[in-house]
Amino acid sequence: MTLASILIQLLNGLAAAASLFLVSAGLSLIFGVTRIVNFAHGSLYMLGLYGAYSLIQFFGRTPLGFWGAVVLAALAVGLVGILIEVLVLRRIYRAPELFQLLATFAVVLVIKDIALFTWGAEDLVGPRAPGLSMAVEIMGRRIPAYDLLLIAIGPVVLGLLWLLLTRTRWGALVRAATQDREMVGALGVDQAKLFTSVFFVGSVLAGLGGALQIPREPANLELDLAVIADAFVVTVVGGLGSIGGAFLAAIIIGVAKAFCIGIGTVTWFGVEISFSKLTLVVEFLIMALVLVVRPYGLLGKPQAAQRAAEPAPRLQVPSWTFALVWLALLALVPLAADRYTTILLTDIVCFALFAVSLHFIMGPAGMVSFGHAAYFGIGAYAAGLLLKRFGLPMEAALLLAPAIAGLFAIVYGWFCVRLSGVYLAMLTLAFAQISWSVVFQWDSVTGGSNGVFGVWPSAWLADKTAYYYLALVLCGAGILFLWRVLFSPFGYALRAGRDSPLRAEAIGIDLRGFQWAAFVLVGALAGLAGAVYAFSKGSISPSSISIAQSTDGLIMVLLGGVETLTGPVVGAAIFTWLRDAVARNTEFWRAVMGGVILLIVLLFPQGLVGGLKALVARWREQRA
Amino acid sequence: MSDAVLQVEGLHKSFGGVQAVADVSFAVSAGEMLALIGPNGAGKSTCFNMLNGQLAPDAGIVRLEGRDIVGLRPRAIWRLGVGRTFQITATFASLSVRENVQMALYSHAGRLRSMLSRFGAAFAAEADALLDQVGMLDQAERTCGVLAYGDLKRVELAIALANQPRLLLMDEPTAGMAPKERVALMELTARLARARNIAVLFTEHDMDVVFTQADRIIVLDRGVLIAGGTPQEVRANPNVRAVYLGSAH
Repeated sequence: MTLASILIQLLNGLAAAASLFLVSAGLSLIFGVTRIVNFAHGSLYMLGLYGAYSLIQFFGRTPLGFWGAVVLAALAVGLVGILIEVLVLRRIYRAPELFQLLATFAVVLVIKDIALFTWGAEDLVGPRAPGLSMAVEIMGRRIPAYDLLLIAIGPVVLGLLWLLLTRTRWGALVRAATQDREMVGALGVDQAKLFTSVFFVGSVLAGLGGALQIPREPANLELDLAVIADAFVVTVVGGLGSIGGAFLAAIIIGVAKAFCIGIGTVTWFGVEISFSKLTLVVEFLIMALVLVVRPYGLLGKPQAAQRAAEPAPRLQVPSWTFALVWLALLALVPLAADRYTTILLTDIVCFALFAVSLHFIMGPAGMVSFGHAAYFGIGAYAAGLLLKRFGLPMEAALLLAPAIAGLFAIVYGWFCVRLSGVYLAMLTLAFAQISWSVVFQWDSVTGGSNGVFGVWPSAWLADKTAYYYLALVLCGAGILFLWRVLFSPFGYALRAGRDSPLRAEAIGIDLRGFQWAAFVLVGALAGLAGAVYAFSKGSISPSSISIAQSTDGLIMVLLGGVETLTGPVVGAAIFTWLRDAVARNTEFWRAVMGGVILLIVLLFPQGLVGGLKALVARWREQRA
Repeated sequence: MSDAVLQVEGLHKSFGGVQAVADVSFAVSAGEMLALIGPNGAGKSTCFNMLNGQLAPDAGIVRLEGRDIVGLRPRAIWRLGVGRTFQITATFASLSVRENVQMALYSHAGRLRSMLSRFGAAFAAEADALLDQVGMLDQAERTCGVLAYGDLKRVELAIALANQPRLLLMDEPTAGMAPKERVALMELTARLARARNIAVLFTEHDMDVVFTQADRIIVLDRGVLIAGGTPQEVRANPNVRAVYLGSAH
């Protein structure tokens, strides 16, 4: 590379870093004060981009129209943030943290469909900035003037935020709450107002980040989850709650991505390496590296311990009669049901195992995973590829797939168990995204975005009812096995480590070792669920490994209730059935799902099964 | 001292140029209650954390029954026979009292890796015997998360006794307890330590507890040991009086 091209890539990276910084700073601010991981933050960015597009059309393509639209779009997104905070989150601040996460998933679904309804499914390409559409010549290369402006905006916003945080009373409150939320509450500060204002500022930053991208990036419906993944990476690399860290991380990642595109394909020692294909992965590689070396990010500090967390409830051993009665009922269904119901039930059985394996790791083992789809997807792809590319019989592919998912869990888990809390969750997301982008781009092996076709079971399982029985036996056995393990010494050691890592270490328990083993166990079983699912569908697409698939799993677990064993199964059944039923009737099934989830979150903050149990208990009390 | 269970020689630790612990040496014998006291910031916690493996000393030797344990992880030190209780109790809140003690017993026996057997079938009688000794048997079925603080302290003591320790390290064992409970807990500890011939090293703020329960006392001030001996000797020591009462008195 010449000096000039290095400079160009550097400037490209810095321009991309600006929006990345804005959206991440907002996320970091909101997390710092409210301790809410706002999954809807990417959706706010997306709204900013769409909003600016429409407002420019309304105002006209003049400099005033353009910049007025950008500012107004950002402010409007800020109002949306206030709405989310006041209508949803404020009502559940006392609920367990994971429930707030579930609520923000629901908001993602709702906003996606509002955008689909308002702007349609086509990508919308915005105009160039009037007056800034020319290019500036630097060292013989042409750089868009708009990019230079973006490069300047990043530090300007950083400076303004710094002034706001250090020179105003509001800033002092925000910094105090980031360090110790309870103490700030105890000092008589109106937390509701503080949270709402922080949500407003954070959302404006997200909206501005989106709106500023209008000349560079078409508005599309996939932005919400793509951007949230980027923003997570930036905040985690920089250190949660650190605005300066977010700035530094945004620059590192923006520049690294730009260089990957700029370098293109290189041949080293006869091996062809495509750096441009690395763009989707490079940020996650940086994140994994940073977290292993500095577990709290570049400029982050260890999180303050949360006081007086509610202890997890005791788990009830499920009785064998209970399990067998249900299995018997499920075995009888195909006798009465039609083909469609049988296929839907097969889906439900697969997702039930997926959800139970996720529950195992996030509930009793205390390690929340945002990327559990990695193992589901790897299991599915392993099954498909062993069948199609290696010519293995279907039965062998089905049984080997969980082992391969387990192998990946060995590698990913080794890194993940070194972290805890939100950092751990983000790292699981990173590994899932790395897996996704490899699958998505490796056309020659995985079929790229098309996926793998013709993954059908052997003849004796071709009948849908026969396959349903296979799924029921395999997934049912997997679920019962995981439940059994929860009540074994191994499962108790995991629960003990979740309750008190300090005490676990003090009585000789190698907690990391146990957590690692648990990671591999649930990875293999999620892989089994994925493999069974793949053969029931006959094809596999990269969506089986996507963030959306991971969040589906989280929704299933949280919907049913993380505090009960049967919750995830109920959650998987209701979610899968509801999605199917709603999607058959309306294009806007996501909004309906989101609405239902919000309703459940607000009515039953312990999840469906937990909420029903509480209702039954209250009813019994009244009768007694 | 040949019968010393724990022997500490020339322990040093500084943080960024600040000497937290300097040249500390002492020993605890089997069946002995040794209190480590000192004003806030004297280096008690730093000292403790170097003994239990959470902090690496800059220099010095820590011997457990003659074996150097510097550089070992906390869980390895536990395997060598060191039980611990914490200033803020650390128990498994979602498990029952009995299960808490059983965890330590399973771990001691190396039986936690089993994935298919049911936890709780083994060591129930042993756990109950330990709970009986600390007076918690009647609450064995209760979940630790709902216990009163004083009861949690006693559960911790039972857990700490589960691996038949040679040494008990108790960091502020009575912090957060009512005065009456404090003396009762340390009397219980002293009784068990003597009966089982366990060496006990504890830090403590409550001087009533220290002077009635300790066999010997060592006093730390600004990282340096300034006195050591029986309660009577320490009470009479002018250095100690100066540290606690101020030199003007």
